[in-house]
Amino acid sequence: MALPLKYNIRNIVVRKGSTLATAFTIGLTVAVYLMVMALARGIDLTLSSSGDPLNMIVLREGSTAELNSSVTRENFNDLMYLDGVEREGDKPLATAELITLIYKPRKGMSQGSNVTVRGVGSMSFKLRSGFQTVAGRLFQPGMTEAVVSKRIAERFQGLDIGDRFRIQTTDYTVVGLFDSAGKAFESEIWVDSNSLQSTTKRDGYSSVLMRVKDQNALTALSKRITDDPKLHLKAVSERVFYEDQQGTASGALKALAVFISFIMAVGAGFAGMNTMYAAVARRTKEIGTLRVLGFSRFSILASFLLESVAIALIGAVIGILLALPLNFISTGTSNWVTFSEIAFNFRVTADLMLFALLFGGIIGLVGSLLPSIRASRFKIVDALRA
Amino acid sequence: MSEPIVRVRNVTKRFVRDGFEVIALDQVDLELYEGDFLALMGPSGSGKSTLLNLLAGIDRVTEGEVEVMGTQLTRMSESQLATWRNAHIGYIFQTFNLVPVLTAFENVELPLLLTKLSKAERRRNVETALDLVGLSDRMHHQPKQLSGGQEQRVAIARAIVTDPDLILADEPTGNLDARSGEEIMQILSTLNHELNKTIMLVTHDPHAASFAAEQRHLEKGVLTEVKEFAARQHVTV
Ligand SMILES: Nc1ncnc2c1ncn2[C@@H]1O[C@H](COP(=O)(O)OP(=O)(O)OP(=O)(O)O)[C@@H](O)[C@H]1O
Ligand SMILES: [Mg+2]
Repeated sequence: MALPLKYNIRNIVVRKGSTLATAFTIGLTVAVYLMVMALARGIDLTLSSSGDPLNMIVLREGSTAELNSSVTRENFNDLMYLDGVEREGDKPLATAELITLIYKPRKGMSQGSNVTVRGVGSMSFKLRSGFQTVAGRLFQPGMTEAVVSKRIAERFQGLDIGDRFRIQTTDYTVVGLFDSAGKAFESEIWVDSNSLQSTTKRDGYSSVLMRVKDQNALTALSKRITDDPKLHLKAVSERVFYEDQQGTASGALKALAVFISFIMAVGAGFAGMNTMYAAVARRTKEIGTLRVLGFSRFSILASFLLESVAIALIGAVIGILLALPLNFISTGTSNWVTFSEIAFNFRVTADLMLFALLFGGIIGLVGSLLPSIRASRFKIVDALRA
Repeated sequence: MSEPIVRVRNVTKRFVRDGFEVIALDQVDLELYEGDFLALMGPSGSGKSTLLNLLAGIDRVTEGEVEVMGTQLTRMSESQLATWRNAHIGYIFQTFNLVPVLTAFENVELPLLLTKLSKAERRRNVETALDLVGLSDRMHHQPKQLSGGQEQRVAIARAIVTDPDLILADEPTGNLDARSGEEIMQILSTLNHELNKTIMLVTHDPHAASFAAEQRHLEKGVLTEVKEFAARQHVTV
């Protein structure tokens, strides 16, 4: 009962100009949506891959980030011998780490950003899979040496091998570069925790990271630590910890994506509506003729809706093509919880693209609703007189 | 004599425009039998197109009844009429009304898309129809690549491709030069004579009207004289 698709396709081709203009408006909307969502998706992927399911992180009660947390030496000693903590030989798989920030200018820019410096112990490398020195060497324990994530070294001034940077009053020398399979600490500088303690004149740590035996041990231990009234600590799985951080950053980005693209979609929808009103006006007599041939009101309605959706899908494809090159761009942003730099990739993933197509299609459908209904409502005799 | 194909009984059609009432048709009675070829003449605004549209089921009577092929059009819904029209009516417009983005073949195929015919059957019917109007060699041309006369021939092919019971033509030669008009009338005449198609033709042109077997006149919505041509014989099946 439907008009052939080629009828719509040729009508689209015949009025290339207005079709393309409309498609482009929809394309821009889709592209902006995709770009912001790709950013959020990139953060999601970075942070959610950062946590190991059997790692447990312990912070001070009430802290949301390592930076504003503190854990004493005594705490650490108590924690690592708790039941349920995994061991290697007789050594507990636990590490206490100290976090501080340094401010560094970005390459090619005068303004800079905070970069996280993590003081780590020997167990830190065991607890964080994927860590790999890609240039130079590891720092020596007790020395004021540092390894810098490759991506941070690329993006900031003065963090290459051989460079020196200052933490408070102490100079550290960069002796190596590392990467860690795209995890969050790929945005950090790592130094020896004892050195960092003396540099920052702190006796304790920011957080404790422990490997637990299994999922049950994780639940039991975290409850035990969190509920202990003397400790004033809280323990969560490392995965949950990073997901909470990502929730803040990418949640805000997603809200932004929805907000901006909704406003743009309204504009694009009106552009689509205009195009379709013009098409209906131009083809009024043709609509009358088709009705005389026996095509129903519904098939006219469906045909115009379909045509608009087709234009919108062309637009969505344009939008996807505009956004796709982002996949090859790596960027950084401030972690909104710690206000330090996180490096990550834009991820224009398949599901995002599919959703972008759907989004474009919906703009086309909604925008053409009124013109299409108008087309289907004509009285045949009136349409023929147009 | 068999049952009439068209039976118009006491039909009145009034339009209201800007608060004024226009009586387009005033108590019209008309019967057409299978194989009839009627030319409807009359001055502009006399209601010719209105009558044709009522027979095609694309407009509705104010009063009276229209029965085509035994079907009461006045009692049918919009969508029933669409289906019915597709099966029984071939409509030819003064301005051809081909779909500009479709080729001659595709234009003629349009009404067949609403039938259950297979693609191969559709192709055969379209080719037969285009052959009948002498345009087999223009099948894949677009309307803008055709002359007015050729466009109207494609439109005729589109009107007859479903093998309709009634062909309605509203001034089919009105936009054509004399020679093309002559060709169109020849085709209609052939359809009537050789395929026994029932045709109702609206025209201003006496020459075009002379191809028809009988002529009737509308004056201000009133159907008047009957003028039957001696040469014309009813072919009853
Ligand atoms: N949709 C309409 N709305 C209002 N008035 C109409 C409408 N259609 C026709 N009329 C009026 O009805 C009358 C008959 O119109 P119709 O089109 O049937 O005349 P016609 O004989 O076909 O004229 P022409 O030879 O100019 O085509 C005219 O007065 C016309 O103005
Ligand atoms: Mg008329």
